[in-house]
Amino acid sequence: MMRFMLLFSRQGKLRLQKWYLATSDKERKKMVRELMQVVLARKPKMCSFLEWRDLKVVYKRYASLYFCCAIEGQDNELITLELIHRYVELLDKYFGSVCELDIIFNFEKAYFILDEFLMGGDVQDTSKKSVLKAIEQADLLQEDESPRSVLEEMGLA
Amino acid sequence: MPAPIRLRELIRTIRTARTQAEEREMIQKECAAIRSSFREEDNTYRCRNVAKLLYMHMLGYPAHFGQLECFKLIASQKFTDKRIGYLGAMLLLDERQDVHLLMTNCIKNDLNHSTQFVQGLALCTLGCMGSSEMCRDLAGEVEKLLKTSNSYLRKKAALCAVHVIRKVPELMEMFLPATKNLLNEKNHGVLHTSVVLLTEMCERSPDMLAHFRKNEKLVPQLVRILKNLIMSGYSPEHDVSGISDPFLQVRILRLLRILGRNDDDSSEAMNDILAQVATNTETSKNVGNAILYETVLTIMDIKSESGLRVLAINILGRFLLNNDKNIRYVALTSLLKTVQTDHNAVQRHRSTIVDCLKDLDVSIKRRAMELSFALVNGNNIRGMMKELLYFLDSCEPEFKADCASGIFLAAEKYAPSKRWHIDTIMRVLTTAGSYVRDDAVPNLIQLITNSVEMHAYTVQRLYKAILGDYSQQPLVQVAAWCIGEYGDLLVSGQCEEEEPIQVTEDEVLDILESVLISNMSTSVTRGYALTAIMKLSTRFTCTVNRIKKVVSIYGSSIDVELQQRAVEYNALFKKYDHMRSALLERMPVMEKVTTNGPTEIVQTNGETEPAPLETKPPPSGPQPTSQANDLLDLLGGNDITPVIPTAPTSKPSSAGGELLDLLGDINLTGAPAAAPAPASVPQISQPPFLLDGLSSQPLFNDIAAGIPSITAYSKNGLKIEFTFERSNTNPSVTVITIQASNSTELDMTDFVFQAAVPKTFQLQLLSPSSSIVPAFNTGTITQVIKVLNPQKQQLRMRIKLTYNHKGSAMQDLAEVNNFPPQSWQ
Repeated sequence: MMRFMLLFSRQGKLRLQKWYLATSDKERKKMVRELMQVVLARKPKMCSFLEWRDLKVVYKRYASLYFCCAIEGQDNELITLELIHRYVELLDKYFGSVCELDIIFNFEKAYFILDEFLMGGDVQDTSKKSVLKAIEQADLLQEDESPRSVLEEMGLA
Repeated sequence: MPAPIRLRELIRTIRTARTQAEEREMIQKECAAIRSSFREEDNTYRCRNVAKLLYMHMLGYPAHFGQLECFKLIASQKFTDKRIGYLGAMLLLDERQDVHLLMTNCIKNDLNHSTQFVQGLALCTLGCMGSSEMCRDLAGEVEKLLKTSNSYLRKKAALCAVHVIRKVPELMEMFLPATKNLLNEKNHGVLHTSVVLLTEMCERSPDMLAHFRKNEKLVPQLVRILKNLIMSGYSPEHDVSGISDPFLQVRILRLLRILGRNDDDSSEAMNDILAQVATNTETSKNVGNAILYETVLTIMDIKSESGLRVLAINILGRFLLNNDKNIRYVALTSLLKTVQTDHNAVQRHRSTIVDCLKDLDVSIKRRAMELSFALVNGNNIRGMMKELLYFLDSCEPEFKADCASGIFLAAEKYAPSKRWHIDTIMRVLTTAGSYVRDDAVPNLIQLITNSVEMHAYTVQRLYKAILGDYSQQPLVQVAAWCIGEYGDLLVSGQCEEEEPIQVTEDEVLDILESVLISNMSTSVTRGYALTAIMKLSTRFTCTVNRIKKVVSIYGSSIDVELQQRAVEYNALFKKYDHMRSALLERMPVMEKVTTNGPTEIVQTNGETEPAPLETKPPPSGPQPTSQANDLLDLLGGNDITPVIPTAPTSKPSSAGGELLDLLGDINLTGAPAAAPAPASVPQISQPPFLLDGLSSQPLFNDIAAGIPSITAYSKNGLKIEFTFERSNTNPSVTVITIQASNSTELDMTDFVFQAAVPKTFQLQLLSPSSSIVPAFNTGTITQVIKVLNPQKQQLRMRIKLTYNHKGSAMQDLAEVNNFPPQSWQ
């Protein structure tokens, strides 16, 4: 099971954090700080896996962002790399050539996509198309609501 | 009141902040605005405000005042609100907080919502961070959704169920009926999550596992699905680099692993498909290798036939040659797991593994090192050690300690020759000398002591090693000890193994003194050096005065340890010079009792050695608190603390085990190179008799009382009586208590009693009660001798007495032959 996923920049700025195991805010902060330090210290030629505390950490850098997953002993590291790649592909398809700024300004969307792809640390749907379709439809649902409130704001409904 | 700024606006603003302080200010301002907005119970902008709060929370700022607002959002009718509300709940709350329970009702309602996306949100939230109470309350709803025909909800419900089971394992049963037809689904999402659910259930409960194996016939179903995935044509929806749904394949393989573990039938049923996957999967990309990796893990874990296992190890071997370092890493990790069970197969890949020692990646190097140590055996030791020593030279500091320890262990187990062993140790000490663990020093010293024929060679090499550089403490410690022990061999140029070097006594003392003075030497090292210098006083001939000087200087050292040693050594020069040579005699061969550390059982024919105590780890045997009973108390009963190992100060004039080099033909451990009666050592398979004899008070049984005592010596007014006791626990032990009395008109002072026994016996002398035999029989000196007589031979003893009487030194030798048979039979 995946314990958590982090996205952070080369400067150590956190862009997304998803926790699949109940941890206190203080503990989370500590772990994030520690892990960021370890991963950012890695040289480019090193392999994508490292041992940290009692977990295995799988990380991959895409442009300026590090995607970092902490998995348990029996989990398959190589398939986790594929999982990370799938998530990036989803983001890419959704935002159209995704870059870090997209994730900064639309962090809530990044979370929504992640929550359609993974749940409880495991993959919900292995079909890219299916996940994207669900997001699309949910977004439509949102849009259906807002014209109304926009009209309300303007005092026209 | 103006509308609160939009989320994107805020993000843009905060990003313009140039300093941390500026950012903090902006955040505080916005938080204040948000707080007042919350107070006003504004429905329209609550969503926007919470979203902003979540952003600020991600930056690291406190956002707990928004927790309650999340509930209000969740309770709202708008999907937009719910989306942000649930996200907020997942980010800001963890199950430790009580507000959580408020959510249960909201979630319950939303689980039954008409819109599947709302249901999805609820399932997702519950499945990510639901507490045990929440799970208990809502399990029923989840179970209902698990049976729905809507695949979008079904897949989410399955993963939600996984979370529920993790939190409340007892609820597993209730999901069982719903799992019946899960694998008949066509939808890959449902298939995948179902496999995850089944995996979780099988892992947690052996009953479930058995049920799924037998009743549900899970294995054939899984095999069928896997086969379809492999054989079916291109499916664009699930394709990754030409492989059909690798995520599902991997999960199925993992479930098969659990089902096949320890079960012959299941293992057999999956044999073919595993072979098929192993041979047909495309290996050019990471995704194919991910599947192969999982396959290998499964093959190794189930009861697979040997052909399949070999296939698996070969896959790992191929992985080792892969350009992708991730694959290499994974291969090394897996090989490490299998090296115990499939040792020979892994051995075949040894050279590739050894090559990985040169890899640039730290994680790979570490794995390769661990695996290399696991593969070392008697056949490949020479080659492997070469590689490992080279690795030790060039590896990162964090490895050196482990590598050095590993090398020592391997060398100890498989050394082809003593010379090779010593050379290897030397190499480690000189290249990674400062990283060697502290416990290695006593181990090494013991090893060196035992390699009797290599002493000259060893001391010469060590001397050369520290000449150049004496900063590596473990190396210096071992070297100092050896020089102190075998300094005579060093100056006499006796080395056979290599070209002997010309060293003068002064040069040797120079280096030892440099060690003493050097800032880099630790206190322990200095202790070694000082003791070594002292020992050389009996081995060197020309430089005794220089040694005396050095020792006296350190008598005023600030370091208390050094000071005490120096003072005691000084005393040895002054008052107890007659004992000096005996005390500083060559160390006997030590025998290892445990593998943890050299708990020495020393031949205790009354030998004393101050030095060894420094090299010993804290006695793993009885603690020196029971002074006379201390197993490791080489000084035969001296009151020695582990720290200060010298005899003289604690005992006025006792022979507590003085060597009896005069008593030639009787077994002594005096001669340096002579293996001191090692023959008798193996006889003692149980803990040394020394302990037996005195391990419990009262010490002896009453049978002992029946043995008559004898007068061992009576001359010139000095009478020595022997009384005997036999140990209950160890029949080979005889304990003799001597009593010396003086019938003359003057006291006998500086009384020293020494004894020696034939080769097949062993002797230990404990401290005497005093060194003065008072005149007119007004008192006695008592002393205890313990004799081990495993061969039950006739007890004989030679004794030597020295004392001062009427102003002159007296000395006498005698033989005691009148031991009663009960004392030794």
